[in-house]
Amino acid sequence: MLLQQQRKRSRIVKMADSGVTDGNEKKGDIERAKNEGKELTKEEKQRLRKEKKQQKKSKEKKDDKAIQESGKETKGDSSAVSAPQPSTQSTAQKVPAPVSVPAPEAPTPAEKPPKSKAELKAERRARQEAERASKQSKKGDPGPQGAVSKSKAATNELQPVKRLPEHIQVDNPDVLKKLAKKLERQQIPLRLDYGYKVSLFSHLHQYSRKAPLTQQLSIPSTVIHPAIVRLGLQYSQGIVAGSNARSIALLHAFKQVIRDYTTPPNEELSRDLVNRLKPYISFLNQCRPLSASMGNAIKYVKKEISNIPSQCKEEEAKRKLLFCIEWYIKEKIILAAKAIAESSIEKISDGDVILIYGCSSLVNHILCEALEKNRKFRVIVVDSRPRLEGREALRRLVQRGISCTYVLISAVSYILPEVSKVFLGAHALLANGYVMSRVGTSQIALVAKAFNVPVLVCCETYKFCERVQTDSFVSNELDDPDDLIVTRNGQTHLEHWQQEPPLGLLNLVYDVTPPDFVDLVITELGMIPCTSVPVVLRVKNVDQ
Amino acid sequence: MPGPDKETDLTERVEAFLSDLKRGGSGAGPLRGSAETARETTALLRKITAQARWSSAGDLMEIIRKEGRRMTAAQPSETTVGNMIRRVLKIIREEYARSRGSSEEADQQESLHKLLTSGGLSEENFRQHFAPLKANVIEAINELLTELEGTTDNISMQALEHIHSNEVIMTIGRSRTVEAFLRDAARKRKFHVIVAECAPFCQGHEMATNLSKAGIETTVIADAAIFAVMSRVNKVIIGTQTVLANGGLRAVNGTHTLALAAKHHSTPLIVCAPMFKLSPQFPNEEDTFHKFVSPHEVLPFTEGEILSKVNVHCPVFDYVPPELITLFISNIGGHAPSYIYRLMSELYHPEDHEL
Repeated sequence: MLLQQQRKRSRIVKMADSGVTDGNEKKGDIERAKNEGKELTKEEKQRLRKEKKQQKKSKEKKDDKAIQESGKETKGDSSAVSAPQPSTQSTAQKVPAPVSVPAPEAPTPAEKPPKSKAELKAERRARQEAERASKQSKKGDPGPQGAVSKSKAATNELQPVKRLPEHIQVDNPDVLKKLAKKLERQQIPLRLDYGYKVSLFSHLHQYSRKAPLTQQLSIPSTVIHPAIVRLGLQYSQGIVAGSNARSIALLHAFKQVIRDYTTPPNEELSRDLVNRLKPYISFLNQCRPLSASMGNAIKYVKKEISNIPSQCKEEEAKRKLLFCIEWYIKEKIILAAKAIAESSIEKISDGDVILIYGCSSLVNHILCEALEKNRKFRVIVVDSRPRLEGREALRRLVQRGISCTYVLISAVSYILPEVSKVFLGAHALLANGYVMSRVGTSQIALVAKAFNVPVLVCCETYKFCERVQTDSFVSNELDDPDDLIVTRNGQTHLEHWQQEPPLGLLNLVYDVTPPDFVDLVITELGMIPCTSVPVVLRVKNVDQ
Repeated sequence: MPGPDKETDLTERVEAFLSDLKRGGSGAGPLRGSAETARETTALLRKITAQARWSSAGDLMEIIRKEGRRMTAAQPSETTVGNMIRRVLKIIREEYARSRGSSEEADQQESLHKLLTSGGLSEENFRQHFAPLKANVIEAINELLTELEGTTDNISMQALEHIHSNEVIMTIGRSRTVEAFLRDAARKRKFHVIVAECAPFCQGHEMATNLSKAGIETTVIADAAIFAVMSRVNKVIIGTQTVLANGGLRAVNGTHTLALAAKHHSTPLIVCAPMFKLSPQFPNEEDTFHKFVSPHEVLPFTEGEILSKVNVHCPVFDYVPPELITLFISNIGGHAPSYIYRLMSELYHPEDHEL
């Protein structure tokens, strides 16, 4: 009995991974199809799916605990993939398409909050019935798009509570176990936490930069594309940093993956490629938690892939995807930066003293454009330990010939009386109007408010995020704590901090700025107040 | 008595002290705490009183004022020197008045009535000679020295009144007073301390290691994270370099940001400052308020290519206005910032505010 269950589990897992059943009954059909033509016809596929569903229904009735667990895992997997995916595929996998299209950005496979098995089964059954009914009524339509739009329309009104991403549940051992199992299945090594974590942040990961994930990989890695391995290493060592840079690097790596991809026989490009990308994304997530912009980019890529019509030839499909990715980069990042620069330059007048913090590619671009339009201004660059990113911004601005002043963040209340405007970059804009950005941004906004200096945040719309957050604790990133150690006058006080049990070092990466500190947000859609972010998100979703 | 020898010995001591002050302030010499400076100043003033040649209180005051001006000019940011000089001048006035037999109160209060009728204190010129004046003054200075030695203990004794268990306390940089305060409380209560490291000097690191050695759970954060963690902090306890006459502070840079963040979250800000840090200066003097050190701490010489084209500032102090402060804890108890002006009038004579 146990062996049978295990076999069934492995079969379901395989089905979940490959998206195509390997059941013995189907093999005959597939052989026939292969002999007849390159790809299965539509009717064949629908029949296959129906038969699979019948199979699974009978298995479900056995109410096996193991199946439930693996079912939960596959659900977790497919939910990450699924938001724009055709509901047909997900029902074929026995898991319902997670309903909301603007699903949680964290593309990290989400884990369902613990519910009773009976509830889960009932929910799934109900959703399957609904989708089957809708599908049958739409048999004539160009399948995937219709179903997707219907489910989208149905679910836009009521969005269920989002599942919690894994990376903020480190203190929950069940979640960790599931993550370990999933990574094992995808053959990606698990990265271990490092050092003593401050108790307030025990729910977050804390990694050491000296132990990158790639050390645990075999070379050459057969599971992960080398471009992705290189990218992961660049992320974890901080070589590629900044949300725009990370997104662009990610998209370029995906382009490389698509170029090198060949559809295996009996597979459909739209499904298989998405499944190929899943372990890559887990790997990148282990190297460094994904940013909101990266999450949105990944969602877009997956949607484009799954929208490839099945009769498309492989070469044409790949060309199309490459074109889509290039369009995304051009439109959402490069042209958006141009539009934002044009609007911002109206806000810069001659004689201004502008304060910037850290190194934001967008803000640097704006200042360089303003210089070219012959505005006279000078810049004060504020920097903070331990990242000292402001030095990079300083170099870029000085090379262009902008006159700059440089201070550390503790001197900001000394220098603020001279300042006329503050320009800040953002990592993400949350749905409740809070600005998530590099740690220290909220402090600058606070002091600027106390001195009555206007604060302008520049952010492209692809960084808008559906999450809400009110403080910097619940969701954040902990960087390597050893970065805080410094040697001064020949003394390194914190060198042996690990040996002093009550001593902890905290190296936060992000913080959230409340909307009352921010006067204006400049996006490519115009200049909006902080509180209009959910409006923009809604408009974007309707467009898509 | 070998007069000339004593005199040269005295001038040598004074010169040595002055050069120490000059070196200590630039950050290159050994960093000494304000308490040490205060004690050394007072000891030096006692020596001057004992060994210099003077016949009346006025002469002594002149000598002390002259030396005092030289000392404050050596290191203007070290205000404890000036404070001690003013304390000693007040002591001399008191002793003189006592010797004369008149009550102190009437002499020193500038009431409107006195201003109109008698033309003020300018009549008093301290020319009378009193034999026991020298001994009295030296005795009073000794009392002052004892008071100075006990300040840190007096402040730490009040720790348990202000810290309860399971609190999260935030502090910035390194203050010996606050360290003693927290260690005293840690003997009986368990709490958590977050130390902001205060770049570029990073004195917070030393503070954190000292506190963790005393068994207190400590966390070191970067300056940039002060606002981010402030929502979980129950109290902010800081030290300061000087307490100004209006109740404001001249504290290490980054303190103003800390105070603003505490005000935003309605967290009480407690300043542990002994009385010798109270100075009759106001924060209006723009050019003397700030002190700057070498900017290579901020932008090192390794960034040579851009160094010449960039202005780099490295201020040492920050002004914190009195509205952001909740409580002062000093060796004579706790006070609100609005009470500071009254304490000042007890410590210093108004005519000594300008040395």
